[in-house]
Amino acid sequence: MRRTLAALMLALLAGVTHANDATPTLTDPVTAKREVELAAQLRCLVCQNQSIAESHADLAADLRNQVREQIAAGKTDAEIIDYMTARYGDFVRYKPPFKATTLLLWLGPALLLMAGLLVATRIVRARRTSAVPALSPQDHARVEQLLAGTDKDAPRS
Amino acid sequence: MKRSLFFLIPLLAFIVLAAFLLRGLWLNPSEVPSPLIGKPAPQFETPKLAAPGEKFSNRDMLGKVWILNVWASWCGPCREEHPIWNDFSRKNLVPVVGLNYKDQDETAVRWLREQGNPYAVSIADHDGRVGIDYGVYGVPETFVIDRTGVIRYKHIGPMTKTVLEEKIIPELMKLGGRS
Repeated sequence: MRRTLAALMLALLAGVTHANDATPTLTDPVTAKREVELAAQLRCLVCQNQSIAESHADLAADLRNQVREQIAAGKTDAEIIDYMTARYGDFVRYKPPFKATTLLLWLGPALLLMAGLLVATRIVRARRTSAVPALSPQDHARVEQLLAGTDKDAPRS
Repeated sequence: MKRSLFFLIPLLAFIVLAAFLLRGLWLNPSEVPSPLIGKPAPQFETPKLAAPGEKFSNRDMLGKVWILNVWASWCGPCREEHPIWNDFSRKNLVPVVGLNYKDQDETAVRWLREQGNPYAVSIADHDGRVGIDYGVYGVPETFVIDRTGVIRYKHIGPMTKTVLEEKIIPELMKLGGRS
């Protein structure tokens, strides 16, 4: 029983390591880390919800090779990202640049939050002003009457 | 008065959101606008298909309006669009250059023999580098390039009769296609 369990665990583990497909071939750990970090920031265009670090698509592998080559050629991260956006557009970046066409994208959440706060404060304020006014002496007298059951207008049960 | 306007805010917000979502229904998320449109076509020099000794460069086409069609024998939709290119080449409007993307020359040549060869020139991009320079991510892709070597139009995915007649041919006419 124990043995089969251990074997099963090992098999699972093998699967996990196999899935790590962004394994860099660079031997230098610093550049290898850079490659993986860059690849994780770039969207795979074939399977759009994956980065090129995660994707199994051929194109993703080619683009990972490009990243690796350019790191080896001494390019900076910004230069490599520029190389990708020149070909595939801002869409390849998981973190889009801040510019006129992406204003709504970047500021939208803040605007929505501000609008929400505005609505909330107005509602709270409106509630405060329309709070139930304190009972007048007449109201108190009427309450007394009602409780004592001597109210003339009360419907008979 | 003020209060009634205040209650319009959620309604307005809903209308704006609904408008965005409605627009989204008719957008194709797999079509990524190319940043290359209106820019000079990236330079390349690559061997001709099945003739590794002969080179072809996009500069060879300067002065002509031309179409670059990226295809591969392993690509299903390429087979689907191919009859359209066969028909188009018979019209002799502009030369179509076929870029065989990440393929083997032998299978590509056999594929062209079976499906027909609409290409004025066939070139090979064995390692996909030209493809990357042109921002190719889904074969087939089609580029319209003008006399000065500027990319004017890009179509992603299989060419259809509608796109050809309503987009590509008018674009060619505008650029003074018949060269």
